[in-house]
Amino acid sequence: MGLAKRIIPCLDVECGRVVKGVNFVDIRDAGDPVEIAMRYNEQGADEITFLDITASHEGRETTVHTVEQIAEHVFIPLTVGGGIRTIEDIRTMLNAGADKVSINTAAIHNPDLVRESAERFGSQCIVVAIDAKRVDDVEGKPRWEIFTHGGRKPTGIDAVAWAERMADLGAGEILLTSMDRDGTKNGFELGVTRAITDAVDIPVIASGGVGNLDHLVEGITLGGADAVLAASIFHFGEYTVPEAKAYMAARGVEVRL
Amino acid sequence: MSGVVAVIDYGMGNLHSVASALEHVGADKVLVTHDAELIRQADRVVFPGVGAIRDCMAEIRRLKCDQLLSDALTEQHKPVLAICVGMQALMTHSEENDGVQCLDIIPGEVRFFGKGLTDAEGQRLKVPHMGWNQVRQVMAHPLWRDISDMSRFYFVHSYYVDAVDRSLLAGSVDYGVCADAALARDNLFAVQFHPEKSATAGLQLLRNFLEWNGTC
Repeated sequence: MGLAKRIIPCLDVECGRVVKGVNFVDIRDAGDPVEIAMRYNEQGADEITFLDITASHEGRETTVHTVEQIAEHVFIPLTVGGGIRTIEDIRTMLNAGADKVSINTAAIHNPDLVRESAERFGSQCIVVAIDAKRVDDVEGKPRWEIFTHGGRKPTGIDAVAWAERMADLGAGEILLTSMDRDGTKNGFELGVTRAITDAVDIPVIASGGVGNLDHLVEGITLGGADAVLAASIFHFGEYTVPEAKAYMAARGVEVRL
Repeated sequence: MSGVVAVIDYGMGNLHSVASALEHVGADKVLVTHDAELIRQADRVVFPGVGAIRDCMAEIRRLKCDQLLSDALTEQHKPVLAICVGMQALMTHSEENDGVQCLDIIPGEVRFFGKGLTDAEGQRLKVPHMGWNQVRQVMAHPLWRDISDMSRFYFVHSYYVDAVDRSLLAGSVDYGVCADAALARDNLFAVQFHPEKSATAGLQLLRNFLEWNGTC
């Protein structure tokens, strides 16, 4: 027995409302992130990740308010990602009650942001999000590259080398999303998950592609991930968090029950 | 009646989670402050901490929180709960930031988990120790009331406490090494995990703290 593998439901939030909808049977407002976060908390989720997809500045102020409300009602760790570009953005979210912030594109434009923010706020609250896509080399050997703009724009950066660099700069955790799998429900891209979990000493959260509970198990047992993140399988009531945990526990994965 | 709870704020990170959790479990009044008078008048004190120890210690000393803490502990005999880096700051010395002298309220060392950490079966363990781990209650204590032994609490740290006096150990956690998860001495209880982020078990510990009279 020891440290439990974590199950992390993810909410996509735009202007203070959860998008993609959430279908719990007895929920009052399917778009209210506070109510949904409280529900996942009651179900025994180990953390909650809140991905802000709001484009406008005004909308982002709503996000800060939402984070404050969630932090007042939910007593498990909360990670906030999306649109984090500066030290000031990080400070704002931490002050609003986020326990961790997830930095994605800004780390690519300015890797020093990771070092500076880890020094200022501590590695424990700096998550680097990596969106990776498989781009095999000429001999067909698997290789993964970082893409931005929702998987449309290649950067030429090798995802495994990047994860190592981010860990060296002080990131406390990696949130790895496979852009090939995101939204497909075909399961995690286990190759890149394994490559990155083996390469870095810091915890790795696997994300992108979960369609059933076996996928969650595989992310841990084959991918080597320390935590698994999923959105739709939980949102649409296909599975509850306790069902997922019981399933994983029955297959030898240590979880918090 | 919990009375007034002062959460000592020495400027290192957000303490609203701690305050919200204390309010959630029924604290009459929670003040997040470094005001000496308010802390002196409070009925109980929470000493939190996040971030790197060097910066924390610098701010603790600059704001004279060390004096306030030792007054609360030894002169006023108030119940005090130290959390995470707050617990580490109580020790003699930390290996973090190339070595930092701490408050020496509890003799002991804060050590790095180390690279290449493995469990008993040789499985690699990641650092920071991040997530929900089981705490073995090695001492009966009012703060463990209604919390089952081996309950899981949320940890996030790369350095761990190793107190000299093993009779102070209230809870331990296994993560490659056997680390001090909780220490208890008189009116002081210190935890490495985050009760304010540990769902039901954590909230129960905070509730117990609010009802604690500071004796074992």
